[in-house]
Amino acid sequence: MTVKKANTSSINRRTALLGMGASAGALASAGVLPGTMGFAQAQSSAPIKIGFQKHATGIGAAYGRWYGATTDAAVKRINDMGGINGRPVEIVTEDDGTDPGRGAEVLEKFANQHGCDIAFGTLFSHVVIGSAPRAAELKLPYFVVSEGHHVASGMLNRYTLQPGITDVKSQVISMAPFVAQNLGKKVTMIYPDFAFGHDHRDFFSEAIEAQGGEVVAKIAIPPTETSFTRYFPSIPRETEVIYHVMVGPAVLTFVKEMGEFFGPNRPELFGFIDSLEAVDIQSSGLEFLEGTYFWEGMPRHAQADQSAYDKTYRAAVGVDDRGASLADGADVSTFAHMFGCWETLNIIKKGMESAGYQGPHDRAKLIEAVEAMTDMPESEDHPQGAKRFNGKTHQTFGKQFISQVTDGKLVCVHTASIEDGLYEDEVDYTTQSF
Amino acid sequence: MEFGPHLMLAALEGAVISAILVLTAMGLSIVFGVMRVVNVAHGEFFMLGAVLTWFVATTIGGHPALGFVAALLIAPVLVGCLAAFADRLILKRINYDPDRTIVATIGMLYIIQQTTLMTFGPEARPVPPPFNTRLSLPWFEWGEEGFALFWPWGLSITTYKLFVIAAAATVLVGLWVLLTKTKIGLIMRATQQDSETAQAFGVPVGRVYSWVFGLGAGLAALGAVLVVPIQQAHYLMGGDPLLLAFIVVIIGGLGSLPGTVIAALLIGMSDGIISVFFSPTLAKIIATLLVAMVLVFRPQGLLGKKPS
Amino acid sequence: MTAHGKSWVLHGGVLALLFALFFVLPTYHSGQLSRIMVLAIYAMGFNILFGYTGLLSLGHAMFFAAGMYGFGLTVNLAGFPMPVAFLFAILVAAALALVAGGLALRTAGVSFMIVTLMFAQAAYLVVLYFGEYTRGDEGFVVAREGRMIAGIDLSTDAGRYFCAWVLFGVCFLALAKLIKLPFGKRLIAIRENEERARMLGYDTSRYKLMAFVTSGAVSGMAGATYGLLFGYVGASFAAVPYSIFPLLWVLLGGAGTTIGPLIGVFFMFYLIDISSGYTNAYMLIAGLVLVLLTLFAPQGLAGSLRQKVMPWLP
Repeated sequence: MTVKKANTSSINRRTALLGMGASAGALASAGVLPGTMGFAQAQSSAPIKIGFQKHATGIGAAYGRWYGATTDAAVKRINDMGGINGRPVEIVTEDDGTDPGRGAEVLEKFANQHGCDIAFGTLFSHVVIGSAPRAAELKLPYFVVSEGHHVASGMLNRYTLQPGITDVKSQVISMAPFVAQNLGKKVTMIYPDFAFGHDHRDFFSEAIEAQGGEVVAKIAIPPTETSFTRYFPSIPRETEVIYHVMVGPAVLTFVKEMGEFFGPNRPELFGFIDSLEAVDIQSSGLEFLEGTYFWEGMPRHAQADQSAYDKTYRAAVGVDDRGASLADGADVSTFAHMFGCWETLNIIKKGMESAGYQGPHDRAKLIEAVEAMTDMPESEDHPQGAKRFNGKTHQTFGKQFISQVTDGKLVCVHTASIEDGLYEDEVDYTTQSF
Repeated sequence: MEFGPHLMLAALEGAVISAILVLTAMGLSIVFGVMRVVNVAHGEFFMLGAVLTWFVATTIGGHPALGFVAALLIAPVLVGCLAAFADRLILKRINYDPDRTIVATIGMLYIIQQTTLMTFGPEARPVPPPFNTRLSLPWFEWGEEGFALFWPWGLSITTYKLFVIAAAATVLVGLWVLLTKTKIGLIMRATQQDSETAQAFGVPVGRVYSWVFGLGAGLAALGAVLVVPIQQAHYLMGGDPLLLAFIVVIIGGLGSLPGTVIAALLIGMSDGIISVFFSPTLAKIIATLLVAMVLVFRPQGLLGKKPS
Repeated sequence: MTAHGKSWVLHGGVLALLFALFFVLPTYHSGQLSRIMVLAIYAMGFNILFGYTGLLSLGHAMFFAAGMYGFGLTVNLAGFPMPVAFLFAILVAAALALVAGGLALRTAGVSFMIVTLMFAQAAYLVVLYFGEYTRGDEGFVVAREGRMIAGIDLSTDAGRYFCAWVLFGVCFLALAKLIKLPFGKRLIAIRENEERARMLGYDTSRYKLMAFVTSGAVSGMAGATYGLLFGYVGASFAAVPYSIFPLLWVLLGGAGTTIGPLIGVFFMFYLIDISSGYTNAYMLIAGLVLVLLTLFAPQGLAGSLRQKVMPWLP
């Protein structure tokens, strides 16, 4: 292992060969196994290189750190199980600074300098959209974990896929029935005044109207805002539910100031956990969130009916039952999103195996193999739950959770099914040529 | 919310924002006023103050007030020393050349941000305020039975926010006394008006610059200690305060402390009050352009002296 | 050889070298070089105002973005043919520069910096405010049809590189010529001593405005080229960092030199790119290098060259 490491470090010291030690044995035994891998490993045992476009600096750094931890854990597991097509997986990490310009440069680096097979792992929508045109030009399959609607909207291209995490449109649509039936029909929305917020605004307004409810006010907060109280008076008195979703470093201020604004008598609150990712729900100033509701992509706090898969996944990534680092209980993860890295890597593995992927000339085959996927059962590969992938729109659909804060714990009170979040196709990428 | 209470709330919030602006801008006002260099890293000194507050508060533990008071004493001094050291090490050697100072302080900004990212991490971390009680505020109306008070939904402020306003006023008065009534202030003003003559009269200009640079950074850190219980410590938090501080200092008029205060009030209040009438982003656009127009029609700033 | 001759040899040489590099360099580096050339156009645009006229704007991102959006939006929403959209984009940037410059030039020095900064801030918010069309911070992908000219696909490696090379070359040579013309000389006179230039009878306000508009138009062209060649338009290019970058590039390369902007962009790009290969803490290295450069190359890289070995450098 050390020899391997020294070898790669001459090219790029940040290149991490993960779990090579453990996988060496598995590799050797895989070589003995007949059939499954057959030709592939006879061809080459060089690692499959996955370029990980990481938000290591910039506004997305808190997410990037946990996306990194999840990716490392998933790759270690894949390598422990014998790698992909008998070849170990190597993650090549490059920082994109959470900037779309640098994002595109990083993809070029993956394709032309590091010789990566694919690129993977981007969260922030603007980085995805800035990078995706280059991915298509470089003919580099680009697996994003962004939850943006950009993939399914048809804006991107055949080389960009989002198989591991549900998009925002589906998330939002699947929340509307619960909100209308249990919390109230007159909703005020508070969201950041940029595309991500506008997606929430448009999709939710439409979905709540279909449920017989209405949005009584839409309050768009300019980004870079650091104080929020002056916007709260625009909340109409008739409001029954406040729907809030904020991102960025100021989210905690936002939630605290909302608590200070309402004091003891508040309407129902329904928020997207994005407002509090990587923040301890028991932080000082958040006491008023007790009894309020959150969307979660995956329940941060282990539930009473926790699945064995969830348990294994937490242990592998190194987070405890409260979604915080095992090493430091105050270090809360971005639990509701980062599972997407784990699942995406497992899908990449399956895709490469069914395509018989050997090298960059098989990239189109890999994409076709992933496009052919449909239902994926809940399993260790998919600890968040079952998924349904739509090969035409390159977008996956999964269960969504609504949790209520109860005694400082996020307790799941409703699970929206995959069907709750389906919508009509807006694009068919399979008609585009490679 | 009804118009009256809304406006009152916006004005109150505007006052809080103005106080925060004053706290972030006064350090820059001194550095820029005396040394005439653009310190791009000024916002990072503000950020360091906030981050240090978090470190101090978590190390000390116990009642939030303990950590807060400790941070008030420790953070500004540490940051001030660091800045003075950077001044001696770098800025002094490039002779405070305006262009090179910009590049050097951009370099300092990168170094400080990256070091904070590696030690403090990318998360936004809250610091609990030493005290924080929500105060509901009444509003009045002329109803059927004449004059009546009532408590509108959401019309409130917290004790800590009131404290920030008071603290900003106190720090300002302290600074004013320092600049106008003490020998240190005299030396600083002499250096500001004509550094060569001051040198000729025996003022150690080099050392004054280091002190001023340190004092400016210390003031930024002090502002951060006071602000961080409202906002959070985050390694990128220095960017916006830098821009706003710059704007406030220039709009106020270079080297004019009262001008800085008026500009902070103008910007804080216009931001708050315009948002009563327009959608938030549009309000910000209008406020930004209006404030820029102040300079277009009064290039020397509100209370600045016309260059002769 | 005369200074004039040397200058043309230098400019021709640089362009010939850049032309040849495409055939020599590995794909990755030639790809990045095309990006460097585009950003160097932006830096040259900034340099007209800062390096030659002595006016420090902190708001040039608004012109870069005006060009970028002027191009991207007209291609995507109005279906303009590529060349029309490209020219339109430059016009939009120039018009914005005319208005912003007309107002901002009433001020000078630090007030000028702040006014331009605030205008750019407002422009950034305008992009977000019209999110329905601009898709706000997320931005949008430029339609493929908008990235073709006369059957040449500008999204291929070669198409991109030579498009960038041609546009860079035009600006590079035009700038070298400009500063030899009376117009350029007057700008330099304003930089050196505006009072004296005025006393000599020049309408300095008019020249400053002309410099401002030229600078804005060139910056806008760079923005349009970026959208054209890399297929993406987004609000991050209108934000504060993109106002600071050209200043940094020009100062690093050497303000008031024709070659400085290219050197500055090249240096800064590879500083980040190479150091990020060695450590996560590449910003730390970049920061240290910037500080060291100010200590040891006070006039920027090209500026120091001019001072020590090539006094004829334009």
